[in-house]
Amino acid sequence: MATADIIDTLAGIEPGSALDAIRARRLQARDNAQKSYLSLLEPIDASDFSLVERAAIAAFVTGLHGESPVAAFYRDKLAADADGARLIEAIDAETAGGKTSGPYGSYPAGPLSIENTAGLIYRVSAERKAALGPRLVAALEHAHLLVFRPRDAASADMKALLDAGWSATGIVTFSQLVAFLSFQLRVVSGLRTLAAANV
Amino acid sequence: MSATVNPPVVFTQDELGWVSWIDPLPEAELTERHYAGLVDRARAKSEYFRLLVRDPEVLEARTKTDKDIFYNVADGLPRAERELAAAATSRHNGCIYCASVHARFASTYSKRRDDVQKLLDEGVKADLGERWNAVVKASVALAATPIAFGPDNIAELRRAGLDDAEIVDVINGASFFNWANRLMLSLGEPSK
Repeated sequence: MATADIIDTLAGIEPGSALDAIRARRLQARDNAQKSYLSLLEPIDASDFSLVERAAIAAFVTGLHGESPVAAFYRDKLAADADGARLIEAIDAETAGGKTSGPYGSYPAGPLSIENTAGLIYRVSAERKAALGPRLVAALEHAHLLVFRPRDAASADMKALLDAGWSATGIVTFSQLVAFLSFQLRVVSGLRTLAAANV
Repeated sequence: MSATVNPPVVFTQDELGWVSWIDPLPEAELTERHYAGLVDRARAKSEYFRLLVRDPEVLEARTKTDKDIFYNVADGLPRAERELAAAATSRHNGCIYCASVHARFASTYSKRRDDVQKLLDEGVKADLGERWNAVVKASVALAATPIAFGPDNIAELRRAGLDDAEIVDVINGASFFNWANRLMLSLGEPSK
């Protein structure tokens, strides 16, 4: 593949290292994690979900997980986009305001209700709504829900996205992006931890 | 958007349905680009996959990642323990649908149905023996936000007998279900 493997880059895996050899045993998983990244961040069709929206949401989602090479990478990606640079300040502020610990949330009423855990119901702050626009406001609120309290997701949350101008196709790709980043962050963190344990 | 379903209220190994909140593509509208995204043409019959195929490139890549992480058992962790990582992650994140599917797989491949049920009933702190406890604990640490996976998890997995290739399988399996759970939970809900 032409582009360097993003997980290897972010996890600091060198060609010829022990972890490189282990990852090579799962070549299809490795190549397709890379293809997922490319189709989400460098798509062939961005008509339902713009590139700058993708970069803004990626910076927000990875930033919510705390400082990391992954968060820095996506923040730089947003800054490198001409329209994205104008959003950095708002995304940084919203990320700082949205940080908490998960997963929490509620189950359908029944025996599991005793496991319900309350936590932040994040909403974009009023003063940044104009800078972000209604589509990104709705997307950041849904992304925060998926990051920290995925079990709270309900049909009303889909309606909020549709009402903010998201198409059904855009919602599918947007959900994939948040979910994929949840995967990518953890693989990178896990591999870095394993590599460090071997030094 | 669909109206009434009969949502399950407990974690279960029973077969559940899943209802989408937004419209899947009609089968008649699928093109060759969509079929490539479905990977298996038979998936055109599934509402879930006809919903995800709205973005065929991501669906194709995601499906192939999934298949390799879970089905490529030429070496590394036994299938049962990859499924255990998936079930534990789903139990912790609260995805009743994903937990049902992967708890069933974990039971099938391990023949330890009662232990798997204990995980579903008691949650991720259930005592399932040293090796399974280490896999569950690592999966739970990876599922936390901020991510809580650390050197102690690696040490515990090693004490339980896992080598580095097997630990990478735990990391991949658990991480992948942070993808799968959020996708399922974002777009619809389980039904009995």
